[in-house]
Amino acid sequence: MSTIRIDTDILIIGGGAAGCFAAVEVHKKSPNCRVVVMEKSQIERSGCLAMGLNAINAYLHSGQTPESYVAYVEREFEGVIRKDLVYTIAQGLNVAVKDVEEMGLPVEKNEDGTYKKRGKRSIRIFGERLKPILAEAVTKTRTQVLNRVVATNFIYNGERICGAFGYGIRDGKFYVVRAKAVIVATGGASGIYRPNNPGEARHLMWYCPWNVGTGYAMGIRAGAEMTSFENRFIALRVKDVHAPTGTIAVGVHSKQINARGEDYLELYYKHLGGNKCLTQHRLLATVEETKAGRGPCYLDTTTLNEADERRLKEDFLSMNPQIILLWASEGMDPRRKPVEIQGTEPFVVGGHCQSGYWIDKERRTTLKGLYAAGEVAGGAPKKYVSGSWVEARIAAMTALEEIKGVSLEDVDGGLVQNEKTRILTPLTKKAGISPLEVRERLQKIMDEYAGGISMNYALHEERLLEARRLLKCLKGRLKDIAAVNNYNLVEALECIDRVDVARVLVEHLIHRKETRWACYQTRLDYPKKEDSRWLTFVNSVYSAETDEIKMIERPV
Amino acid sequence: MSIFIDENICNGCKGLPEARCERICPGDLCYRKENTKAAIRDQSACWTCACCVKECPVQAIELRLPFQACSNGASLKAKLKRDKTIWTVWDAGGHQEEFIIQARCLKGD
Ligand SMILES: Cc1cc2nc3c(=O)[nH]c(=O)nc-3n(C[C@H](O)[C@H](O)[C@H](O)COP(=O)(O)OP(=O)(O)OC[C@H]3O[C@@H](n4cnc5c(N)ncnc54)[C@H](O)[C@@H]3O)c2cc1C
Ligand code: SF4
Ligand code: SF4
Repeated sequence: MSTIRIDTDILIIGGGAAGCFAAVEVHKKSPNCRVVVMEKSQIERSGCLAMGLNAINAYLHSGQTPESYVAYVEREFEGVIRKDLVYTIAQGLNVAVKDVEEMGLPVEKNEDGTYKKRGKRSIRIFGERLKPILAEAVTKTRTQVLNRVVATNFIYNGERICGAFGYGIRDGKFYVVRAKAVIVATGGASGIYRPNNPGEARHLMWYCPWNVGTGYAMGIRAGAEMTSFENRFIALRVKDVHAPTGTIAVGVHSKQINARGEDYLELYYKHLGGNKCLTQHRLLATVEETKAGRGPCYLDTTTLNEADERRLKEDFLSMNPQIILLWASEGMDPRRKPVEIQGTEPFVVGGHCQSGYWIDKERRTTLKGLYAAGEVAGGAPKKYVSGSWVEARIAAMTALEEIKGVSLEDVDGGLVQNEKTRILTPLTKKAGISPLEVRERLQKIMDEYAGGISMNYALHEERLLEARRLLKCLKGRLKDIAAVNNYNLVEALECIDRVDVARVLVEHLIHRKETRWACYQTRLDYPKKEDSRWLTFVNSVYSAETDEIKMIERPV
Repeated sequence: MSIFIDENICNGCKGLPEARCERICPGDLCYRKENTKAAIRDQSACWTCACCVKECPVQAIELRLPFQACSNGASLKAKLKRDKTIWTVWDAGGHQEEFIIQARCLKGD
């Protein structure tokens, strides 16, 4: 396999919402700085934004302040959030949105030119082409974009992160990119748990199926400190197609009803706040209704008028075209039938929940030379797309400041050879375990022993310890993973990364011995929230030498 | 089935080093077969994101849902204009509905 060597000032790994924005920001501030974006797919349509978006979920409308935003997120997450991170995000939201509007994003407005309020903290956009718009802004800079190159590991000399290794999916080449600073922006992780839809529809899922947590795994292997993996995210979505329910509930004000037509939040969950309850409790209530025999649950779209229905379809086409097909197969009319909702499988994400790198206010990770932004960065839930942009800006500014006086490090030949061998090994195996087999094994373990859909998301010690044991065995088998072509090799590498992420996740789930977040982290053996003991972050550091994960607690 | 490629319409993006659908698919699923027509590597790996559907200049690709999610059948096509996207949806009975949705602001708007 031939090697391509590239030197740059700043390397951005992952050209999604955060990665593209970071590249543009660096260019704005310092047009001569060399920037490389390493992207597994193709920045025009990659990551969470590939289908488009119809709303920006984090925005401060008039009268709202960064303080009120922090208070809202703190309440939603039961007191465990990094207020400093959320605050700095809130401060930058409106400017970031304005920047993207100027790139060409259409936003719905009032007559006076202000953005029309959609929900309390959201605005409506016509964002089918949000990703191409961001990508175009990147192409206008001098950024070198490496599309179809998947990052596989950091180049780490024990002192600082000096770049990353990548595998060229199209050219089959090995990439060694040296940089003075690296910004990781690879998004969160899907495919850890068994998904709602099996078999032929296995990728008909909510989160992007190609964000598999490689950015986490690379950090874990290099010994970066991670936070709050146990704060998993489970989305309440339209059954089968996983269309976001907010478009219906917030966009056209539909109520959640159970199979009897009851407004179940108000009727049975008033103690949690009824219709005004937290996001996690909407999910909890839906799971409980099913257990009580009052499911399935729905969003009541039968009260919509014709104009609302049309608007709803238009909104979904810009973000989740699948639901349009679902309705079309049923006769094209959501007004005839309420929309069934359910919880997805758990995901590890730092954009809705807060799993990710432990970072400081300037978005430095615990490894020198490495910065994190977007879903991969922890501690700041509900950042969504606009918060990811703000983080990207902060990380970019810090990186720019800190590359001054830094020179590129020589890369040890042994490191290069080891990584080449590691990633090529699956191709050299004539017979072995297929990536599909590994993925299904992993998902089965996680579903059954670490609180997946089949367990109603619930956790307890004995099962988690079994998950720990089984994952260790699975890790041992990974040396036998075999790939038959380049595409299959990427799948094999994804499996290896997912197992590393899953092992850390299970240790976090074992460590927090209380129930902090409904469904996301519900312990049957410790059913209460215990502020006196657990108002704290659960963090971890992996050691590649000993294959051990050390747990750390950090005060809120 | 997640996407259906109509080989009678697909022109193989002749002359391009990479077919447009192949270039755009976030999951790297589209490719050109030896007869130069486009194909999908693995239907079960498709996110049904419609990126390839939008990118195909001759509307050779239809978005569908896997049978387990939608057994009545329905399909969706898209056509990109500079500032808007035109969608056509066919339901199980062949009834058709069209949507024209704003997608970007052009300079000078
Ligand atoms: C279906 C869906 C709908 C959403 N709807 C909304 C909404 O309506 N409003 C809102 O505000 N937010 C929404 N969000 C959240 C928002 O999209 C995310 O918070 C945001 O995109 C996160 O940005 P990111 O850059 O961290 O991740 P992404 O945008 O996903 O970017 C990650 C990038 O990294 C690349 N990558 C991954 N691994 C590697 C690797 N190993 N090497 C190289 N590149 C790699 C990926 O291909 C991708 O391009 C939604 C998310 C999803 C999944
Ligand atoms: S983009 Fe359309 S015409 Fe081009 S190869 Fe793909 S299906 Fe065929
Ligand atoms: S619908 Fe999306 S995931 Fe499926 S083949 Fe087309 S571009 Fe790829």
